[in-house]
Order: sequence, then structure tokens, then C-alpha cells
Amino acid sequence: MGILQPLEGNMAVAEAMRQINPDVVAAYPITPSTEIVQTFATFVADGKVDTNYVAVESEHSAMSACTAAAAAGGRVMNATSANGLALMWEILYITASLRLPVMLTVVNRALSGNINIHCDHSDTMGARDAGWIQLYAENVQESYDNLIQAVAIGERMDVRLPVMSCLDGFLVSHSYELLEVEDDDAVREWVGPYKPNRPLLDIENPYTVGPLDLYDFYMEHKRSQWEAYPTAMQAVIEEGKRFGDAFGRHYGLMETVELDDADIAIVALGSAAGTAKDVVEQLRDQGVKAGLLKLRCFRPFPGEQIAAALAGRKAVCVMDRAASFGAGTGPLYHEIAAAMYGAGHAVPIQNIIYGLGGRMLRPEEIETVFRDLVQIAESGKVTETCKWLGVRE
Amino acid sequence: MKHYPPDAKWHEMADAGIIPQAGNAREYDVSGWRSEHPVRDAECCIQCLFCWVYCPDSSVIIKDEKVVAFDPVHCKGCGICAQVCPKQCITMEPGGEMPQE
Repeated sequence: MGILQPLEGNMAVAEAMRQINPDVVAAYPITPSTEIVQTFATFVADGKVDTNYVAVESEHSAMSACTAAAAAGGRVMNATSANGLALMWEILYITASLRLPVMLTVVNRALSGNINIHCDHSDTMGARDAGWIQLYAENVQESYDNLIQAVAIGERMDVRLPVMSCLDGFLVSHSYELLEVEDDDAVREWVGPYKPNRPLLDIENPYTVGPLDLYDFYMEHKRSQWEAYPTAMQAVIEEGKRFGDAFGRHYGLMETVELDDADIAIVALGSAAGTAKDVVEQLRDQGVKAGLLKLRCFRPFPGEQIAAALAGRKAVCVMDRAASFGAGTGPLYHEIAAAMYGAGHAVPIQNIIYGLGGRMLRPEEIETVFRDLVQIAESGKVTETCKWLGVRE
Repeated sequence: MKHYPPDAKWHEMADAGIIPQAGNAREYDVSGWRSEHPVRDAECCIQCLFCWVYCPDSSVIIKDEKVVAFDPVHCKGCGICAQVCPKQCITMEPGGEMPQE
């Protein structure tokens, strides 16, 4: 049985890492994820884990060391944020291409400039094409649960992909929450021992990893990698169910609130979905048929499932905590609009960009989004595709 | 030792772009990359082995601890051997054809 403990998001993540007991952690701390590796380093120093903790000189080195350690055959974890993730960029693609299940907690933070340490999703949205699975947590409990599941998802032999377990900087990482921390043995048993695929340290069976790969073979290798993502999506579903069966908290690709009969709905990732839940319930009390789709799994992108869930709504708003400069909208909007169009659902979709650099998202603001959706549902038209919310106009 | 044929389909190969054997770079002929080739004056050579140490492609062939030739399959003609030779006994000659010593 788990016990209820008040923990900050970062501490809960460090606690999950302690329970998972990885072989290698190679990290370069950065705000707001610093406490994760700082706390974990004390676990290493106190002998509470068997982990080889590698202090490196940059995030580029951190992810290089993690990728190499995973290729060698280790279970590997790490944590970072924003500019740290950006410095890992080159290696992120390689980790995924080599099909190495490195587990990276990303505490979401704005990418500069100007320099800002607070939450938005510009860091992980930028890394969306790198080939990593991406799970987004709403709160501390989910941050803890998602990381444990990430290990099981990424390490499945039919998946073998790295996973980013994302939580909102400060809003979740530095917020205390009463969460259920499961028993150490139960977590270790649920995750299971790590079985490396082709470890390089198996010197009896040498092979070549990451060779020069030109126009004659590269495209076949990318096509092969492409095949892993539908399987990974299935793994997210199955491991979410298996986790729920073991610990009582079930997970899937997404969570919906009052969506089935909703006329108007918003889509959000991360902590904003928590605020939106309250607003949905308030509006329901007032007779407004409002609903919410909280997307948990952004990569692989469950376009068909999202389209099916949003079909039949009279108006939808996609909330982006990142701007895709030059695109005219946020990145989540692009993908949902494409999924809806592909599925043949002509639902008017509003896009909102909010919360950049930690700008607070208040319930009253979410309510204005719903009020606008009522108008859009009546007219059937979106007058301005992308609006900025909470900015001084 | 397994080689994938040039027409191997994506699902016929190991994932992650690996080559299921090690040390296969020696099977890759890069002689076509050369626009120049090294020529060593054996009379002038003092057998310091600097060229052997510095060659990035392990293309300086040694026999009984002495330089005897350059590897015509793996030398890319980079000229590092000529640069590091303290006696300037190696010159880079035009053309990719590498006569056997």
C-alpha cells in the first residue's frame, strides 16, 4: 500500500527515481528541475540507490553520457528544463534513432529570450519531432505516476524509445501536494528489472551502432523507426491500464471531463487542465454544456482518438502554452486541426496562446474562453484563429 | 557476418540502424574519395612512425615496426601524414591512383 505524503513535484520525481533505482544518471542541473537531480544526488551519496551518478559539464554532455550508458546496457535517467533541453537537441534525435529507452523528466520552462525561468511548453514543443515519447502531467501525483509508467513504456521490447515525462515548471515542480507514494518494492516489481537490448558491454556479441548511414540505407532506417510509434501509443494505453490495476490510478492517452455531451470544449496540456476542470464544473452548474480534453500523450500524437473525442462539438478551443513563431498559431493547434480535418470533422476551432514565461492563467480567463466558444458555436465561425490570452493589449 | 543487400527493405533489417557485426568499416572502399595520394621516399624515411600515429584512417601499413606502404583502399588522401613527417619524406601527389610500394 502506498502512503500519502506532502511533496513538491520535483521531490516526487526524485522519489520515483529512487524507487526505480536506475543504473546511471548523468545530469547538469538547471532551474526549475534542479531539485530533482540535487535530491537524487543525496540518495546516491547516502547509498539509497545503486546508481552511478555522473556529474557532467553541460547538458550536451549529459545526454551524450546518458545515450552512451543506455547503449552500453544500462537503465538511464535524467532531468532538465528549457535551455538545458535545447543544448541536448543534437543528442535527443540520436537517442531516439538508436532506440534507447532513456527516461528524461522535463520540467517545462520558457526558452529565452529574454531570459525567463518560468513555465511554458516552448522547450518540449520544440523537441516534438526528435522521436521521444512525451507525456504531460497535470499535477504532482501525475508527475510521479507518469515517470514510473514512462520506464515501463519506453523499455518494452516492442517500443524501445526514450521518454520525456513533462511537468509544468514551478506550477507543479515547486508546488506541494498530498500524493500517494507507492511502496518501494511494489514500484520496483511493477517496473521490473531492466533487460538491455544488444548491450555494447556484451563483448561476446559486438555490433556497430550509429555508423555512417547515407542515401542508400538511411531512409529505410527512418521508416523502421516510424513503425515504433503506433506500437508506443498502444504501450501508453496498456501500461496506463496496468498501472491503474496495480495502484488504483488509471491512465490513458487523454482524460476527458464532461466531454461526451459537451457543445463547447477546450483542449489543454499540463497544469492548465486542472484549472480548466474547475471552470468546466462551474459552467455545468450554470447549465453551460462545457467540456475538457486533457491531452496526456502528445507523442505519439493520438490524432484519430482526439478527433473522435471532439467530433460533434459545436466549437473547440485549443490552448497552446507555446507560440510557433511564423506559423500564426500554436503547435498543438496545428496537429489537432489537421487531425480534425483528416477525420472529416468540420468543427470550428479557436486557438489560444497563453501562459508564456509563467504568465498566470486564472479561472476567469478560462471562463472567457468558454464564453467566446458559445458565440463561435452560435455563429459557426472563428473570426480570429489565434488569440493571445492574458496579455496586456 | 551478415551483410544487407543494396535492395534490402526496411523491415528486413535490424532496427536502430545498427549493423549486426563489428569492425566492418574496413570493408568500405574509400579510394574514390582521394584527389591526392601520399608518396613516401623510403631512402629519406627515418621510421619515426609519426605518420602511422597521426593517420586518422589507420592507413599506414606497418611490418616489423617499419612503415612499408599506404593502404590504397582506406586512405582518403587527407595529407596529414605528409604534414606531420619531420623529415618531409612524404609528398602528396595529384590523382587518386595509388601505386603500390
